[in-house]
Amino acid sequence: MLIDCSMNINSNSYTYFFAIAMVIVVASLLSIAATSLKPFQEKNIELEKKSDILSSIGVIGEDPELLFDEYITDQLVIQNGLVVSSEITAFDIDLEEAVKESNSSRKVPLFKAQKNGDTFYVIPMRGTGLWGPIWGYVSLKGDGNTILGASFDHEKETPGLGAEISTPIFEDQFPDKILFSSLRDGIEVRKGDASGYQQVDGISGGTITSVGVQTMFEDCLIPYKSFLLNLSIENDNPSDSTISVIYH
Amino acid sequence: METNKTKEALFSKKNRKLLSDPMNINNPITVQVLGICSALAITVKLKPAVVMSLSVIVVMALANVITSLMRNMIPNRIRIIVQLVVVATLVILVDQVLKAFVYDVSKQLSVFVGLIITNCIIMGRIEAFSLGNTPWKSFLDGIGNGASYGLILIVVSFFRELFGNGTLYDYPIIEKLGLYELGYHNNGMMLLPPMALIVVAVIIWWQRSKTPSLIEKD
Repeated sequence: MLIDCSMNINSNSYTYFFAIAMVIVVASLLSIAATSLKPFQEKNIELEKKSDILSSIGVIGEDPELLFDEYITDQLVIQNGLVVSSEITAFDIDLEEAVKESNSSRKVPLFKAQKNGDTFYVIPMRGTGLWGPIWGYVSLKGDGNTILGASFDHEKETPGLGAEISTPIFEDQFPDKILFSSLRDGIEVRKGDASGYQQVDGISGGTITSVGVQTMFEDCLIPYKSFLLNLSIENDNPSDSTISVIYH
Repeated sequence: METNKTKEALFSKKNRKLLSDPMNINNPITVQVLGICSALAITVKLKPAVVMSLSVIVVMALANVITSLMRNMIPNRIRIIVQLVVVATLVILVDQVLKAFVYDVSKQLSVFVGLIITNCIIMGRIEAFSLGNTPWKSFLDGIGNGASYGLILIVVSFFRELFGNGTLYDYPIIEKLGLYELGYHNNGMMLLPPMALIVVAVIIWWQRSKTPSLIEKD
C-alpha cells in the first residue's frame, strides 16, 4: 500500500498525521450526517408533539398534521393564570426552557380543542424522571378540573420499569381523576391502593420516575391554576358531582 | 498480494467456525463474560432486546470490517483510540439515521444506542480479531459474536418479560391463558437487575453441563 512503502507507521510524525486526518474525516462525516438529517428529525419531533396532543383527547389517526388543524381550535399562552400575548405561538414554546423559570414568570402553552361539540383543554407538562426528562399531556374536560386523558413520555427511563409511565397500564388510571381540591393540587402517585379522586398507582421498580410524575403535576399546574379554577366557576353545572363534594 | 495466494472459499470450514464458535464454546457473554452490563440493562423486555441485538450486530460487523481494512495503517500506539473513534462514529451515525427515518424504533432504544459504544464485546473483538485478520473474516467474526450476544439477550429477556411482566413481545400471554384467575402472580423481582445475572448464571450452568470442554480441570 502507498502509505506502507513511504512511511514507518509507528513513527511519531505518522502517528500525528494519522490522528489529525482521522479526526478531520470523522468530524466532517458526522457534521454532514447531522446537518443533512436534521430536517427529517425535526419533522418527526413536530409530528410526534402534534399526535401526542391529539392522543390526549383521544384522537388517533394517520395524519396528525391534518387532524391537529381540525381539532385544535385555539392555542393560548398562559402566564401566572392569565392569558397573555406572546411573540412566539403556543405550539413553538420550548417547555424545556420554560420550566426552568419560576412558576409565576414562565409562559406556558394551553391548547383548546373541540371534539363532538365539547370543549377540552390540553396542558403540556415537563419534569424529571430517574435518568432524564419526562413529559406528558393532560387533557381536561370543559370544567377545567376533571381529567379526560393523559399521555406521558420519557427520554431514557429504564424499559420495563420507569418507562412504563408511557404505557396504557399507567395512563389509563388518569381519566376522571381531578386536579384541584381542598386537599391538594395535582395527582398523588402512590404505592398500592389508589382509589381516591387524586390518586394513581405508581410503577413497581419505577419509584423515582413515578414520584417524578407527581412532582411534574405539582410544578406544571401552578401557572394554569387560577385560569382553570375560573373555568370551573364559570361552569354552572360541574360535569362530575364529585367535584362539588370535594369543594364543599 | 492476495491474488498470489490460493483463495480460501468464502464459507470454508475455518470461516464457518468464526460464526459458530461464539454461539457455544466462545460465547461472548457466557464464556468470555463480556457485555454483561448491557445484558442487565435491556433484558427486561423482549422488544428492546431484539432491537439492541440487531444494532449491535450491525455496529460490530461494520466496525470489524473498517478496522480490518485499516489494520496496516493504524499506528500501534494509538490503536485503542482509533478503535474507539470508529465504534463511536458508527454508533452516532446509526443513532442519527434511526432518529430521522425510524423515529419510533429510536425512541424505543433511547439511551441504549449510546451504550453500544461501551459494549466490551465490540472493543474486544476489534482488538483481538480484526486488527490481525482480513475484512471478510472480521465481518464473519463480527456477525458471529453479535448474533451470539443477541441470542443470550433474547433468551434472558424472554424469561424476564414472561415471568416478570406476564407478556411476550408486549402480548399479554399469561392473561390470555387465564392463569391470573387461577391465582398466578407476576414475579416483580424478575424485572430487577439481579435477576438478569441469575438468569445468565443459570444459562452458564446449563451450557457447561452440556459442554465438557468448558469445564475447568482442577
